[in-house]
Amino acid sequence: MDAARTAIHDVLTKHEASVLSEWVALQLAAPTTRADLMSESDLREESRRFLALLRQSAAAGVPDLQSAAWAPVREFLTALSTSRARLGFSPSETAAFVFSLKQPLFTVLRHGQGTDGKALADVFWTVSTLLDGLGLYTTEVHQKGREDVILRQQQDMLELSTPVVTLWEGVLALPLIGTLDSARTQVVMESLLEKIVETGASIAIIDITGVPTVDTLVAQHLLKTVAAARLMGADCIISGIRPQIAQTIVHLGVELTDVVTKATLADALTIALARTGFTIQRGTPRA
Amino acid sequence: MERIPILKMGEFLLVTVQVDMHDRLATTLQDDLTERIVKARAKGVLIDISSLEVIDSFIGRMLGNIAAMSRILDAQTVVVGMRPAVAITLVELGLSLPGVRTALNVERGMDLLRAALAGAPGAPADNGLDGRRQD
Repeated sequence: MDAARTAIHDVLTKHEASVLSEWVALQLAAPTTRADLMSESDLREESRRFLALLRQSAAAGVPDLQSAAWAPVREFLTALSTSRARLGFSPSETAAFVFSLKQPLFTVLRHGQGTDGKALADVFWTVSTLLDGLGLYTTEVHQKGREDVILRQQQDMLELSTPVVTLWEGVLALPLIGTLDSARTQVVMESLLEKIVETGASIAIIDITGVPTVDTLVAQHLLKTVAAARLMGADCIISGIRPQIAQTIVHLGVELTDVVTKATLADALTIALARTGFTIQRGTPRA
Repeated sequence: MERIPILKMGEFLLVTVQVDMHDRLATTLQDDLTERIVKARAKGVLIDISSLEVIDSFIGRMLGNIAAMSRILDAQTVVVGMRPAVAITLVELGLSLPGVRTALNVERGMDLLRAALAGAPGAPADNGLDGRRQD
């Protein structure tokens, strides 16, 4: 096997230029090339750098792709895969970059090894395994890049969907939209408590007009938020309870007796202002 | 031995926890505080936990106990300055400290104590929304 490995190194040292030109030509001709997404010069540059890195790492001779000798190649492929994923390449189109190297490499190896069939098979096997490993690695990174995007979007959505609004001096409002699960409750709680510290608010109104259903779990999450706010010294009022939701809450036997509840946000704001010592007066309307 | 200082401010006692509470420190505080309430004839106790980053279930329970003991000794307890992360942890642990009054900071806590004393001496209205903000 050592002979096979040195063969790769030798081939890449001696015939780097010819392998490169054949490889690039092949990639450009292949149906997986996305001429619309990246230019020929970029492709040539990437191919050249990959071959150079491959040669350096192959010199170390360790076929273990996880070892330190292969770190530069791995880094390069990670960057390549991430950038291609961002450009809109599919996973197979990305992996084709590595797999397409097989043909030019094999051509040169076949010329170099002469007629010794057994040695040639050994070399092919080693090269094949190596490139398969690298190709799969690009797919893996590609996949991970996509997953990261999904994860980030999920996170964004969580944060977007839980704004804490200052309604009045010392009064915060938390308009909830969508179902409350435990992950979301956590974010809601955190942002509410942070805002309480920041503004020094003494009353928080949780408006659940946008919560489609309230079951025992959602109610429990609401009560948790109320309890946490109370520990920070802020009172909570739950508003926006629709008639159907009131019915469900009673039918389910959820205890909301410790919490002040109001039908509308306006009612909640009125009581919040009264508690903080503000009075509202109707004056003459101005145009 | 390490002790948490208890300061007297008029008819209130001020306890500022500056170090990490371990169990023994908490029990010592409980002893010291009850003794001090009786000796100083304090009407209110303010416990500032704003520098506490970690509160476990034991310390949480201790806070509840201290509040209950003070109430028996005719002193109101207010816990102030709890951090958001600590509040979330306590709620997740199922300890929402129902008998303890809370406030955002020392200033608010003082207002709360004064209001409670001015309102109805000897009649603690704990946990109720109405009892905590009568202004």
